[in-house]
Order: sequence, then C-alpha cells, then structure tokens
Amino acid sequence: MAALDRYEEFVGRGTIEELRLLGAHLAGRRIVTVNSTAVGGGVAEILNQLVPLSREVGVDIRWEVIKGGEDFFGVTKRLHNALHGKSETFSTRDWEIFRETTERNCAELDLDADVVFIHDPQPAGLIAARRPDRGHWVWRCHIDVSAPQADAWEFVAGYVARYDATVFSAPQFARDLALPQVMIAPSIDPHSDKNRDLSDSEIERILDRLKVPRDKPIITQVSRFDRLKDPVGVIAAFRLARKYNDCRLVLAGGSATDDPEGAEVLAAVHEAANGDPDIHVLELPPTANIEINALQRASTVILQKSLKEGFGLTVSEALWKGKPVIAGAVGGIPLQITHRYSGILTHTVEGTAFWIRQLLNAPDYARRLGANGREHVRNNFLLTRHLRDYLLLFLFLEHRDERVIRLH
Amino acid sequence: MPPPSKPRPFRFFSSLDLTLLTNRRARDLAELLAHLREVPGSVIYYHTHHFLVQHQYLSPEPPNDFAYWVTNVLQEDRLGEQLAAIDLMQFRTIRALRQRLIEVIEGYLEERRQLRTAPEGEEFHFREAVSFVVPTPHVARDLAEFAGCLEQIGFGALSFHFFDARLRLERGGDDFSEWVRTLGEEELAREISRLDPYTHTLDGLRSEVARLVRRRAQERASHGRA
Repeated sequence: MAALDRYEEFVGRGTIEELRLLGAHLAGRRIVTVNSTAVGGGVAEILNQLVPLSREVGVDIRWEVIKGGEDFFGVTKRLHNALHGKSETFSTRDWEIFRETTERNCAELDLDADVVFIHDPQPAGLIAARRPDRGHWVWRCHIDVSAPQADAWEFVAGYVARYDATVFSAPQFARDLALPQVMIAPSIDPHSDKNRDLSDSEIERILDRLKVPRDKPIITQVSRFDRLKDPVGVIAAFRLARKYNDCRLVLAGGSATDDPEGAEVLAAVHEAANGDPDIHVLELPPTANIEINALQRASTVILQKSLKEGFGLTVSEALWKGKPVIAGAVGGIPLQITHRYSGILTHTVEGTAFWIRQLLNAPDYARRLGANGREHVRNNFLLTRHLRDYLLLFLFLEHRDERVIRLH
Repeated sequence: MPPPSKPRPFRFFSSLDLTLLTNRRARDLAELLAHLREVPGSVIYYHTHHFLVQHQYLSPEPPNDFAYWVTNVLQEDRLGEQLAAIDLMQFRTIRALRQRLIEVIEGYLEERRQLRTAPEGEEFHFREAVSFVVPTPHVARDLAEFAGCLEQIGFGALSFHFFDARLRLERGGDDFSEWVRTLGEEELAREISRLDPYTHTLDGLRSEVARLVRRRAQERASHGRA
C-alpha cells in the first residue's frame, strides 16, 4: 500500500484523491526545500514525512540541508531565541559569521528550481543566490515571531523582504511585510507512536509501569517544566477541583537535567505537590512517545494551561484521542479549540478548576466536546491537510494576485 | 417548459482554500468596523464561511467568526446574537453581505458609548481565503448518477457548489438546483434551492440533497420515465 493510502482510513478517499489532483497540477515544476538539519527537531520531522508524500503525489521535490560550523549554529541558536523574544546580545562578528556561512552554502547548493522553499532563519540568507527571473522563493517561519527582539528581526527581515511569500503558523505571528503571508498550521501524524491507537492492555501496562493507578479520574498535562506552561497553576486548579471531585493529576514532561531553568520549575512543582499521593510528577525521556500517548488515552480531562504558547500542538494530540481539553487561550491554541464547541478555553486557575469539575460531572458533554475536538483535528491538523496546504502554496505562487484560482 | 433533449452532464468541482494573513487586527468594535469597510471581499468570505468547512461536523454549528469573537471575547452578547442571526441565504453578493455586517454593528454602536476591548492576545485577526477550484473526476448524466456522485465527493465540492457558486461567483443560486432544472425537474430544483446550507452540517446537507434526488429518481423509474 502506498504511504499516502494509509491515511485514507482517517480522512476518506475524497481527500486523498484531492491531493493526487493537486499533485498532478504541479507536474513539471521542480521544487527544492532547504532547512538546517536532516534529523532532530520539528522541521526535519515534518520534512521527513512530507517530502516522500509530496513525491508520491507526483511532485518533483529535492531536500537540501545547509552546512555550518559550531560558531554559525551558536549564532543561529541565539537568533532563534531572540526571535522568540528572549534577550540576546549580538556582535558585528556574529552577523559576519552568519553571512560567511550563508555565502559558502549559496555557492555549494543547487538552488535552481521553480520553487525554493526555505525553512526558518538559519538558511534565510540563501535568497542572496536568487537568479533574476528564475523561480519563486518562499520563507517558511516555524517559530513565534510575534514579539521578537528588534535587532534580530531587523537582521532576518532584511532577507525575508526579498522573498515572494512567507508562511507563518498562526495569525498573531504575522509581521508587517509587503509580501503575501500565508497561514499554514503544523500537523500531527495519526500513524506515529505518539498518536496511533493503543489497545487497552497496552495502556494498562504502560500506566502500571509509570505507577499511575486508574482507580479514579485522571487529569493530565503533558508539557515541558517551564513557567510559561504554568504547572504550579495546574496543581492549584487541581486542588480546587478535588474539593468536590475525587481525581488524580499527572504532570508529564521532559527530564530537566540539562536545563537550569527547567530544574528550578521542577523543584517548585515538587514543592507545590508536597508529596500528595494523587499528584504524579513524571520526568520522561524525549523518546517516551508511547508513554505520552497512553497517559493521554487514560485521562478523563487533559489540560494545557499555558500562559504563552507557540502553536501548542500537544492540544491537537490530546483532542485526537477524543479527550475534552481545557487550555489557555494563547498562541495557536484558539485555532485548535473553539470554546465550548471543541474544547474549553480558560484564563485563570479558578476558571480551569471550575471547568475540570464541570467536565467530570457532565460526562456526556465532556464526551461530545472530545468527539468534536477529534473531528476538528481530523479536518484541520492531520498531516494530509499540511501536505494539501503546501501543494496549494506552490500553486499560489503562480497566481499571487488572484483570490479565486481555477485549475483545469 | 419541456426539458432539453440532451442536458449537459454535471461535472463536480471542488474548492480548496489556502489562508492568507492580512496583518490587520481589531481590538474593539470601532476597529472591527473600520477594517470591515476596507478589507477585500475574500476576507469577508473567509470569516463567514470557513467555520462551515472547518467545523462541518458540529451541530449546531458555531456562527460566523465575527459573531463568535463579539460574543466570546468582547462578551457583547446582544450584538453577537444579531451577527449570528444574519441570514446569509438572503445575499447574492459579498458586497451586500459586507454592508449588512456594517449596518448591524453601526446600529449597535449608536446605542452604546463605551467600547469593550479584547484582552491582549485575543484580538480579531483578519484572514483571507484564496480558493482553488479543481475539477473532480465525478460526472453525472442523470439523477441516479448524481445521487451516486454525491456520496463520493469531498466537502470541498459541496462547499463549492453551494457557497462559492452563490456568493463568490455570483451565480444567483446553488449549482445543484440549477442543473436539475435543466433536466426539467422544476419541483426538485425548488426543494434543493430551499435548503438552507448554513443551518446544516455539510454531511447533513449531502444526505438531504442525496435523499431528495434519490426519491425523485425512484419516482421517475416507477413511472417508467427514467
């Protein structure tokens, strides 16, 4: 079975047929996509999924990776942080390192194509290699640039302004730019270990191993131990809700051994939990995908009480399991949850506690929210929608001034 | 009027949308109104129709984005209700729909002095729809084939023939009733055109049209006319 056909069980034959139709309309176009790493990180993960599927629908796409030394990736790491709004200092030498590495890559990479699709700031400077009248260039920004450090954005914007279009993940990430800005949300893969169906016995075995009993309703938040995910607020909301409804709380996140800030937050979480046997703080390795899947499937309510968020794709992961989700109305979360239709949006500890109780006491409503949430993800946040948007983007580049485009 | 001897087959098209960000945002009703006057028609279309495709499984469906934001973020319930109640079936053009949205908000503002402001991060972000119209392989030559195709097409096709045809392409009505009329099926055409697609889920709409068409095809068969 072709890889794309494996998605038919989730999205139906009509959607797969549409993807093949769009692919046929791109026949004869050569596309090259460039990022900064072949493995590790979200962008490489997306390209590892989407490049083969694009080829399957007939798109001629190559994937190139830029090369750079430690000094270059040191600068781009700080550039990434500064674009996220974290305070960083840059020297003239930093910008020189960026330009020198960019020049070397411009000389080495074959960027001759009808569409050149560049991901994130690291390879953004490749636009310098653009030949007049050859190909359309798109810059795809995967990060939240809604409140960047001024000098960092100015540096990147100098390159971005020369592209034909940009792509952002959520409306609030849009910038003041004189070129089309396309919105393409990220996606989840329903076949991955984090999202695939699990049998009851698999779930049981994993929860036993994690020492989380299933004797009462489980409330779960999966996220890094980061202040912006408000784990201490989650504990406070859980305690308020537990006054009336007996339940357990699971806070599952990555281990914080290499991250001093994370370790501090984790310590605050343990202090707030204060040895409560109903609060389970789990430090899981980055490979714990099936464990996260099982925890989400064993939960009655899932929280994502973020105070600030990029896209917050963990919400879609939770909704895909048909669970009612209560989440902060920040970043990309309102795109995933329509309040009281496909989940609950809250702003405070008290509001979160109130809705935990509501959902525990009204299981029919909670089930309906979860079912709606899963359908919303099926239609908007699965890999196939992501592929469709990329194919439409490539076609859009040839019709940038049109709003109704007829393909024959 | 007698039916034409050889009616044209009906080819199903699908409409697939790409979303553009406009970098226009509103924090309160005055800003919402100012942008509503200026934005391209494809922005109005996006905010009154994307719910129908993105949330096509929900019943009752959430209303248009303006009503949702005014109710849930500004918490101006009365205006939210008025915006949700705008009967989109009345409008033949985006221009007329835009005018109605403006009038409703203006009417409300005339009665109120204080404007509520959206909390930071919950501003209204204007987006724009780019619609790609793609021919599908599904073609019907008679009512029975038409009903068969209806079961196979994606939601993009329903969306195109009901919403895009009326408002974006200004064809005056939906394509389905238009085509069955060319088969001489005046009564069936009337029944389809009376369906309000805005109060059905797309799946519900598909079932309802398929039911009407199949019923009529059976009537014709039993009269030996099919």
